[in-house]
Order: sequence, then C-alpha cells, then structure tokens
Amino acid sequence: MNNAVTPSGIRLELRKLFLKSEPVRGYTLLSPTLLAMILGLAMPLVVLFTLSFWLQEYLDFIRTFSLANYVEFFQKPIYVKLLLKSIRISGMVTIATVLLAYPMAYFIAFRVKSNKLIWLILITVPFWTSYLLRVFAWKIMLGYNGVINSGLKSLGFLTEPLAFLLYNPTSVVITLAHAWAAFAILPIYVSLEKIDRSLLEAGRDLGENAWMTFLRVTLPLSLPGVIAASLLVFIPTVGDYVTPSLVGGPRGIMIGNIIQSMFGQSQNWPMGAAISVMLMFTVAAMIGLFLWGTHSYRKRVA
Amino acid sequence: MNTNRPWWRPDGFYIYAVLYLIFIYLPVLFLPVFSFNNSKYIAFPLKGFTLKWYEAMINNPPMLNALMNSIKIGLIVAILSTIFGLLAAKAVTRYRMPGRAPVVGFIMIPLVIPEIILGISLLILLSLADIPLSLLTVGFAHLLLCVPFSMLVLVSRMEGFDKSMEEAGLDLGENAWMTFWRVTFPIVLPGIIASLLLTFTISFDEFVLAFFLSSIEQTLPVYIWSSLRFPSKLPPTLALGAAIFMASFIVVTFAEWIRRRGVRLDSTSGI
Amino acid sequence: MEHDAIISFQNVSKHFGKVKAVDHASFDIQRGEFFSLLGPSGCGKTTLLRMVAGFEMPSSGEIFLDGQPMSVSPPNRRPVNMVFQNYAIFPHLDVRGNIAFGMRKSGLSKGDLNKRIDEVLELIKLPGYGSRGADELSGGQRQRVALARALIKQPKVLLLDEPLGALDKKLREQMQIELRQLQQQLGITFLFVTHDQEEALTLSDRIAVMSEGQVLEIAAPSQLYESPSSRFVADFIGTMNFFEGTVTAITANNMTIATQVLGEVRTTCEESFPLGAEVWVAIRPEKFRPEFTSPARDIDSIEGRMGPSAYLGDRSHFYVHIANRDDPVLVALQNLEGSVHQLSRPDQPVWLRWSEDAVVVLAKD
Repeated sequence: MNNAVTPSGIRLELRKLFLKSEPVRGYTLLSPTLLAMILGLAMPLVVLFTLSFWLQEYLDFIRTFSLANYVEFFQKPIYVKLLLKSIRISGMVTIATVLLAYPMAYFIAFRVKSNKLIWLILITVPFWTSYLLRVFAWKIMLGYNGVINSGLKSLGFLTEPLAFLLYNPTSVVITLAHAWAAFAILPIYVSLEKIDRSLLEAGRDLGENAWMTFLRVTLPLSLPGVIAASLLVFIPTVGDYVTPSLVGGPRGIMIGNIIQSMFGQSQNWPMGAAISVMLMFTVAAMIGLFLWGTHSYRKRVA
Repeated sequence: MNTNRPWWRPDGFYIYAVLYLIFIYLPVLFLPVFSFNNSKYIAFPLKGFTLKWYEAMINNPPMLNALMNSIKIGLIVAILSTIFGLLAAKAVTRYRMPGRAPVVGFIMIPLVIPEIILGISLLILLSLADIPLSLLTVGFAHLLLCVPFSMLVLVSRMEGFDKSMEEAGLDLGENAWMTFWRVTFPIVLPGIIASLLLTFTISFDEFVLAFFLSSIEQTLPVYIWSSLRFPSKLPPTLALGAAIFMASFIVVTFAEWIRRRGVRLDSTSGI
Repeated sequence: MEHDAIISFQNVSKHFGKVKAVDHASFDIQRGEFFSLLGPSGCGKTTLLRMVAGFEMPSSGEIFLDGQPMSVSPPNRRPVNMVFQNYAIFPHLDVRGNIAFGMRKSGLSKGDLNKRIDEVLELIKLPGYGSRGADELSGGQRQRVALARALIKQPKVLLLDEPLGALDKKLREQMQIELRQLQQQLGITFLFVTHDQEEALTLSDRIAVMSEGQVLEIAAPSQLYESPSSRFVADFIGTMNFFEGTVTAITANNMTIATQVLGEVRTTCEESFPLGAEVWVAIRPEKFRPEFTSPARDIDSIEGRMGPSAYLGDRSHFYVHIANRDDPVLVALQNLEGSVHQLSRPDQPVWLRWSEDAVVVLAKD
C-alpha cells in the first residue's frame, strides 16, 4: 500500500493496530504501573542481588564477584541461628494469630445475624493507632512499672515487680500477635462468609455432628482464608525489626535487626544484602512448603 | 443480639468474642490514658490529670512538620496509587492479554516480600544512582507498596460489574475517555473511595520504608520512632496519637452516618 | 439487490488464539431487513455481531457498513447500536438518564430532548417510567429500556444479542411480536442473534445458520425449514428423521431413492444428485401421517409398532419402531380431536404415510 508511508497513512495504520489489538490497549493502560514496578522493584532487587556478591571497604564497595558474604553467613553461627529464630518466632506469631482469630471470624460470620459491619469496624478500630505506638503499648503492659505488674502489686499478689515479662522472645510473640490480629481476622471472615450455608446443612443432613461438619466441611472450605491470613502475618513479621528492638531486648532480636544494623552502625551493605537475599530465599521456600502442605491436606480431605 | 439465649447464659463464642476485644483494645487504651497523665514517665502509678502534653503537642514544630509531611505523602500516594491501580485493574479485567498472570504476579510482589528488603534494595539502588534521599523517595516507595493493594480492591470492584456496561457507553457514541467518566467511574466509585482510604492509611502509618529512605525531613512514624527513644519527647507523641485516633474515629463515624443517610434517602425517593 | 446492502461481510475471519470463532464469512444484509444469526452457542454468531458493533476487530477481511469500511472505526463512531444480552442498563442512572445517555452530542435543546425521550418511552410502552431506577425495573422493562436507549440514536442497524433469552416464555412471545412490529414501523435494519430456532423462524426475513465459525446457509425461514440444504441445518432447525439411501433412478423432476428402512422413496426434489449417490432422506415428524389399517398402495408407507409417546398439549409426539432401524421414528401429530388416546396403545401396529413433496434429499458428507 502506497499511502502507508505518508504520515497520515502511518497514523491510520497505528490506529488500526490500536483498535485491533487488545494486548496493545491493555499494556498501554498497564504501562505506568509496570514502569514504576520495574524501576522501583525489579531493578532494586537485581541490584540487591548483585551487591550481595560485592565487599565493603570503608565507605566504598569492592565491585568484584565474591562469595565471601555467603561464606561468612554460613560460617558465623549467629546468622543462621538468627534466621532460624526469626522463622520460629514468626511461625509462632502466625499460629497464635490465626488460632486466636479463627473463632472470632467464625463468630462474626455465623453467629452475628445483624450489624456484622459494626463488629468488623470494632475489630479494626484499635489498628487506627500508629503501628509503633501499638507496639509501644505492650511496653506499658509488660514493663517493670507497667499495667500487669502494678495491677498484681496493688491486688497484693506481688511485692516486687516481675522483670521477666518484657524483653524476651515471648513478649515479641505477644506483641506481634496483637499488632497483626486484624490482618488475620478479615481474610478468614471473608472465606467463611463465602461458604454456601446449604453445604453446612448438607453436612448435618448426612449425619455428621457439628464438630465433624466443621472439620469436614467448614474448615476445608475456609482454608483459602486461613492461608491468606497466615501469609499476611508471616511475611511481614519475619523481617520485622521494630518490634524486637522495642520489646525484645537482647534475647529477642531477629534477623531484621541484623540487616538493619548492616545498613546502620555496622556499615556493611554487601553483607546486609547477602543476609537479605538469604532471608528472601528462606521465606520463599517456607511459603512454598506451606502452600504445598495445605494443598496436599486439602487433597486428602476432598 | 445474636442468639436467643438469655444474657446471663451467653454462647461460648460470644464470651470468646468479648475476651478477644478486650485483648486487642486493652493495650491500646492505655496510650490515651498516659497522654493525660501528669508525669513524663510512662509508668504506674498515675500522677493526676493534665492537658499539658496536648499543649506541648501543639507547640512542637518538628512533630507537626512530620505530621504535615505524612499527610502530604499520604494524599499524593493515595491519589497516584489509586490512579495506577485503576488503570491496571481496567487492563487486567477488560483485555485479553498474553502474559497477564505473570505481570499481575510481578505487580503483587511488594505484598509477599518483607518490607525491610524492599526498603534496603531501594536504598542501594538510590545510592548507587546518586539520587539523594528525600520525601520524594519515601513517596515513591510508598507508591510501590500501595499500588498492589489499590489494584486488589479495584480488580474485585471491576469484576463485580459487567464489561457490557462500558461497551454500551462506547456503543452509544462516547469515546473511551468519556465512557470512563460517564460509566466506569460512577460505578467503581465505592471501590475508588475504599482504595483511597486504604492506601492513605498504609502510607500514613508506614515506618520501615520511610526509615530507610528519608533524610532530614521526617514522616510522622519516623518522628515517633525517634521519640520512643527519648522519654521526654514521648508524652506529646502519645497525645498526638490519641488525637489522630479521635480524628479518624470521628471521620469514620461521620462517613458511616452519611452513608446510612444516603441509603435511606435513596430508598425513599425511589418509590 | 446487491447495491442496497447495508452490511457487507467480505471474507471476515476472527481468531482467538488458535480458535477460529468466525471463518471467512462473506454475505450481505439488505437495508430494512430483519436478519437473524442462528446457531448453537460457540458458533461465532455473537462474535460476528460484536464485530459489527466494533467491540471485536476482524483478524482478516473487512466489514462494510452502508458502503464504508469499518476497520478504522471505533465502536463510538459507528452508526449502529446494540441491545445487550443482559441489557447493560446503567445502574447509576434512571430510565430517562439511560435513554438520554447517547444524546449528549445530538445538539437537541433540553426541551426537544425531553420530548424525544417521551416519544421513545411511548414507543416502548413505558410512558411515565422515566424516573425509575435501573434496579426498579423488571426483566421485560429493562429490555424495553435497552431498546429505547438504542433506538433514540436512530441507528442504521440495530444489533440485538439474544435479547429475549432472559425472559420467561409468555413474555418472550409477546416481545417477539412487539419487536417485529417495531421493526416494520421504524424500517430500521435489525441484526438479531439467537440460538432459539423457533424465535428466529418467527421473527426473521432471512436467517443465517452458523456452526463452528462457518455460515452454512442463508435463507428465508420457510425455505430453511422446508428444504434445508444440509443435514446440520435440517437437524438444527426443528427436528428431523433421517434415513440412509442411494439414488437409483432420475427422471425430469423425479428421483427414486432406495433405502433400507423405507424401501423405495420417490421425491419431487429439485436438486440433482448423480445416479448412485449416497444421500440422506429426511422427513419432518409432522409430515408423517399415521394410519391403523394397511394402506392400499405400499410404496409411500411403512409399517411399524407404536412405542412410547409424549403429550405436549397442542400436539403429541410418538415414537414408532420400524424394522431395520435402531432408533424409533418420531411422529408429531396435532391433538385435534382426542386422537391421542386412540394412538397411545403400545405395540399396536401402525402405518406411516408421507407424500412425495415431504421428502427432503440431502447430500451425505
């Protein structure tokens, strides 16, 4: 075609292409988001990965490939120990949060007949306070002159305050379980709410008692919500350094604190990058394992 | 309210729900208590009622400055991420695109990696590229974090109404842009509002990214973090926390009241 | 005829990945016609309609609308309007707002526009419904509003995508009559998509039968029903009994076919088949006349035994077992004078008669 090379011809052809091709239109709409994500997510992760193979020399980087950071990671026991401890603490937080949240979500989904929204708002209200202040609140609760100690003292149960309440892994678990409560309730509630009520009646109708109906119908059907809740709690808490440094004390520190110090006082960015990469891979592996486990559980039940 | 048992013999679930509420409310309620306590130490016993921390809060330029920064970033991030999220949600719900699933997965990555990794990797990139840290870099990081949330909210809203509504708009002679304004926008408006509220809240309360990516100009969470280490700065911070809590409580109550009124007006005017 | 085509499909194909939704469609739709695209779901009829509206673009080929090629026109610049399958009534606007939606650039003054809307509301028999919300309308009313919203634009072609599918039977039949009247009254070309063959037969001037992306046959309803051109069309439109046969004799306008089941079948079929061709002999259920005594001549009848029957109100269906055939033959009979009871004794011998012009001969493919 002759007119295809004239400017108006090219415009016409482009216009045809735009009208004809849904991928072109779709990716045009996606382009701002994709651009931001490539600049702010893909590139930084590539750079993080690269940096983990470099070394720090005072304020500069030695930009030659080296496995030294990874060697150090596995040789010094502290890193692996902290990583495992973080996973343990975070895992306990996840289990505690989900176990505590499930009955509450169940209550709102099945027992509350009207005003469900009010209950949902009631649950989220405490989370309108700053995350940092929420964590700090547990210092007030568990501290030496805190609520629990003062309360027990004034009731005559104690003469001296208990010092062991704060600054240990348990206080980190309690604080995190409290801070992420709403994130666990909402997805579980949504998945419970979606369950077709006639399925539960069918379960009862087929001769199962309430508890067996729950185990064989309700629980498997709400599993997507439980999975979402678990991931939503596990992923952010495993890398957290705020809570451990406020309520954890020296015994309660987690892998996030080490990473943060590598970018702060210790000034060893490549080492920090290597620890981050290890954390990322471990988390990915944990999630994969977890999803695989729940998947095979669901298969067994079905 | 929810069962027909007498109140003195409540359902086990009901007792559990009340205990659960106590668990999530109790610690948080002590924050405002100490904001009225006449002592700079956050410890028992209480020393008497005072409003001086609220006065100190108003006369604390660094803190108010941090508050303003957080509001500014929150507003801009909320608007931008909602626009990005809306465009992306429209693309993935309305067009057949090859590679859609991996692209969506890629956009959702910020939801599944710990924030500290997001923060330090951006920090490394910025320092290697010699880009100075500022509120802008914090805002950009918040945008990355908020777009996936916005997109999740808006995708579910977009999936909730039929594509043929938009086709009808085009069919009746409006171009894509006017169809968006006259059809899509009014229908997804509740989703847009939800997205704005959610992303503002996320940005306003975000600490980790701001901690790594801000310089002298602080956001409110960064300021709070520093005040947690200096006991003298703490009581006014608690006062601010309590004030923000009250303000958001009033806003949400008011919004809910408006919504209910709106619903009532709608249902009476129709018949 | 050809010069008055309002829509002309020229070699139009549409692929979704590997699936050929429409495969080389070439045909014209005449101005003022009520034209139906008929076929089972997934046959490509909706895709064809959506290509006319501009929601899908042909992978190859070109659609001409009133002589203009459409490949560079977005949906909003095409002189066609659509009634959607689910009506797509805007939920945030009332009836008046929905109808006025497309009139923003009409240049009418507010008063004139209101008058037009009132006229259209009158036309669709919903006067006084202007301020109703979308959620306060019944299915039939929504359908009318969708119709009004499209018609007020005075399109050259009105596209209807299975618009009656969601309505119950009574309402559907009433809307069929109204649609037909509306089309004749306004003289607008209607392009109508349906999978319901009865609906297509009732409404259309011409019908295009589609299957797996191909347009198999385009013809007037009576011709499609009485002398379909392929086994698929014969089977899809109404019900049909098929018998295998071979052409054994051909005269000027008569043909004899030897079948295993019916014996020698004579027909007045115009289509010419070569001697010895393998063919299908097809007879509609209502073209068989059952008799309970052996007819005098045996050439146009077959003996069988009564099988199960179904009472359908206005008519009854009988299944008749015939020697040399596994499936029973379906016979339909109007229930004129209680004939049901007489016929429904099982295992009773019965003779099925047919006339020469009831026989349709179709090529075996």
